[in-house]
Amino acid sequence: MTLQSQDYLERSATNALRPPPQARDAQLEVAKLIDVSICIGCKACQVACSGWNDTREEVGFNHGKLDNPLNLTPKTWTVMRYNEIEENGKLQWLIRKDGCMHCSEPGCLKACPSPGAIVKHANGIVDFVSENCIGCGYCIAGCPFDVPRLNEKDKRVYKCTLCVDRVSVGQEPACVKTCPTGAIRFGTKEDMKKLAEDRVEELKSRGFQNAGLYDPEGVGGTHVMYVLHHADRPELYSGLPKDPKISPLVGFWKGIFKPLVAAGFAATFAAAALHYMAVGPVKPEDHEEEEKA
Amino acid sequence: MSTKEQVVTRHSFPVRVAHWLVVLSFLLLAISGLGLFFPSLNWMTSVLGSPQLAQFLHPVFGVVMVLGMVILFFGNVAHAFPEKGDGQWMMHMVDVLKGHEHEVAEVGQYNAGQKMLFWTIIGLLAILLVTGIIVWQPYFAPFFAVSIVRLCLFLHSLCAVLLIMAIFMHAYMGFWYKGTLRGMVYGTVTRSWAKLHHPRWLRQLEGKKK
Repeated sequence: MTLQSQDYLERSATNALRPPPQARDAQLEVAKLIDVSICIGCKACQVACSGWNDTREEVGFNHGKLDNPLNLTPKTWTVMRYNEIEENGKLQWLIRKDGCMHCSEPGCLKACPSPGAIVKHANGIVDFVSENCIGCGYCIAGCPFDVPRLNEKDKRVYKCTLCVDRVSVGQEPACVKTCPTGAIRFGTKEDMKKLAEDRVEELKSRGFQNAGLYDPEGVGGTHVMYVLHHADRPELYSGLPKDPKISPLVGFWKGIFKPLVAAGFAATFAAAALHYMAVGPVKPEDHEEEEKA
Repeated sequence: MSTKEQVVTRHSFPVRVAHWLVVLSFLLLAISGLGLFFPSLNWMTSVLGSPQLAQFLHPVFGVVMVLGMVILFFGNVAHAFPEKGDGQWMMHMVDVLKGHEHEVAEVGQYNAGQKMLFWTIIGLLAILLVTGIIVWQPYFAPFFAVSIVRLCLFLHSLCAVLLIMAIFMHAYMGFWYKGTLRGMVYGTVTRSWAKLHHPRWLRQLEGKKK
């Protein structure tokens, strides 16, 4: 017997006429809520991620700022990003835990050409099934958040799994479990939205008039959400996109373009077949006699 | 007419070798590429071993096809520019398709349709080469902005589709005009074939000999 989840709402490069196994879909959507106003930038989540997932980033260099490593990598699935802004004579230190957002409409999954290399579970988790990954990097082009990373060594793409292995046995993700301030919370998406409401209200009472929840509509909402003190300007948090959505180009390429191409091929082949049947072959020997006559 | 059919040389040995190298790499590229483009045809990527190997080999064969095409380009480009009779041929395209080419135009080395197809294929392959390099993982794609990669992924598939159609038409014409294929295999075509399809070329060829 193999271990199987049977709860795939979507499976990459799979025809909708035969959807993936999804009978066990009576699940609540989950979400990770990251409250940047409580985060102290300790990087315990980075360490916990590496610990639970058995990934070890190479020891890097000090680049003159706290970010380390500087970016997400095939072995660093979450990374703290630090940004200092000065406004009205006040310094603000904006820290964001970056990683996969687990979109409801995942651009990576839409772009992926390999059947079953990317799946979306009924609880909203988007996961890469690495044995099906071919290393083409289409998911990197599909992602509106610049998250997937191609591993040079095995030519497969990696990203945060939302600890699907922990969540599926009723545990919270490793980063949530380890966060010492409670800045990362995990539960049903509904509960996390309620929790966020309270947090936003509190931030507003402290003078952050534009505090809000980051759950971008352009990708159908996400299963990793942020509470931001400046929700009107998410880009302040080391480039969190204001209105992320799947690129229209990717949408067209992976959408209506495919049936158009299929029709174009069918028309081309049919035209040749019909032409041959209507006109028949042109043979030089048929014309030699014409000349002689 | 003698019992043994008279033949004339049409394609040199290097051009023929380059042509079949292009054919082979094109078939592998088209099959694996369609497997990547249409998810339901993903099994076609196995023509290169496995989906993973296809990801590696598809661009390699792309380079092979371009190299073969470079030889074909220089072997044919001198005859690919517009000539006096080309307008006439174009105006009677419908008659040509009805099989009356010899009645409406006096074709030289190549007819106007072949010339257009030549430049179409060269142009598409040039775009495929550039876009293919830009999306090539893991060697080149990381050096380009994701918006450029997105554009190139789309352009690559669009040009590939058009190239498959163009090359299919090219192959069909060779199949429709009986006696064409041997020119690309042995290098020679029968005199009667040349007289029917490329009379001006045949006259120039025989004029030179005399």
